[in-house]
Amino acid sequence: MKIVFTAKGDNWDSQMDPRFGRMERLVTYDEATQTLQTASNSETESMEHGAGLQTAQKVLDLNPDVIITGNGAGQKALAILQRSNVKMYVGAGDMTIKEAYEAFKADKLRTQF
Amino acid sequence: MKITFASGKGGTGKTTISTNLTSYLASMGENVVLADLDVEEPNSALFIKSTLKKTEISNKMIPKWEEADCTLCGKCAEVCNFNAIVAMPKEILVFPELCHSCYACSELCPTNSLPMTPSRIGEIKEFKADGFSLIEGRLDLGQEMAVPLIAQTIEYADKNFSDSIKILDAPPGTSCPVIEASRGSDFVILITESTPFGLNDLTLAVETMKVLKQKFGVIINRYGIGNNGVEEYCRDENIPIITKVQNDKEVAKLYSKGELIYPKIEHFKNSLDDIVKFIGGLK
Repeated sequence: MKIVFTAKGDNWDSQMDPRFGRMERLVTYDEATQTLQTASNSETESMEHGAGLQTAQKVLDLNPDVIITGNGAGQKALAILQRSNVKMYVGAGDMTIKEAYEAFKADKLRTQF
Repeated sequence: MKITFASGKGGTGKTTISTNLTSYLASMGENVVLADLDVEEPNSALFIKSTLKKTEISNKMIPKWEEADCTLCGKCAEVCNFNAIVAMPKEILVFPELCHSCYACSELCPTNSLPMTPSRIGEIKEFKADGFSLIEGRLDLGQEMAVPLIAQTIEYADKNFSDSIKILDAPPGTSCPVIEASRGSDFVILITESTPFGLNDLTLAVETMKVLKQKFGVIINRYGIGNNGVEEYCRDENIPIITKVQNDKEVAKLYSKGELIYPKIEHFKNSLDDIVKFIGGLK
């Protein structure tokens, strides 16, 4: 399973970013290969509008099975995400990536859709 | 003659002064029209007794995806500067709220699969008041693009009231809507208050007007509160202070009841006289 975390840093102990569209970094964990990959999302900082759309597209390009975030995606990003098979889990905004992963595994996170 | 009332900071008195000034000019027999350009929250009509004369629908042009010939090349999403188009693996999604009607996607589409079509964004209303008319632009709920409606509201006033003195009540801030409301005017009056907040935002508004090469002056409202930072700034920058409107609880009381101020408060009327005299000098 491939999982995307909305994060503020690059490793398991980094804080999650509660925002979806303007998350600082995309952290991807591939359970099959047990590797953690990260990408910057800083270009959304200067976007007045449409950050969520661009981020959603970027996330879908990674073809994940699951997204774990804090507050959840906004309406427009949702319109895109829901066209794929990805599942979105929310409520992990105050955790580290590791804690968020464990909470997901223990089935303690809510789904947004 | 077209004069815009802008501010930078919100709540400094753009609407209070522009509604009162328009009514006052009309009472002196001037041919005047007021345009409320704060299209996200127009409220001039609350302070002016009037009857609705006419309503026009306001549209903006947006691309509409036609599937038939589209090769899903993604050029449209690539050229959109406003993130309004997303190219999905099997479809093109258009987000009309984000579209600036620049036509880039439509013109550059190799298969002409994105023809531009009108889409409603709001209304322009014309009200008849005692001795003058009020034009109001009002965005529909959920619409994000104020600029096209502001432009259309000004155009409506230009077309239907070509001989009138036009008083434009701009939205607050210093971004695109304010620029649209200011750039075609003969003069911009920046209304501020003599507080550090007022000065900070006045400075931003002044910088905006300088970039636009727009002539402008300042009104200090609620004079007597805060400090003299605004006055010192205007003196140092050689910006004319058109009038200082005294801080007065009675003004706030009348405002809160939706009443015009100048018929009841002498010092406020005197300030309007300062403005009228200043405008007269511009002609």
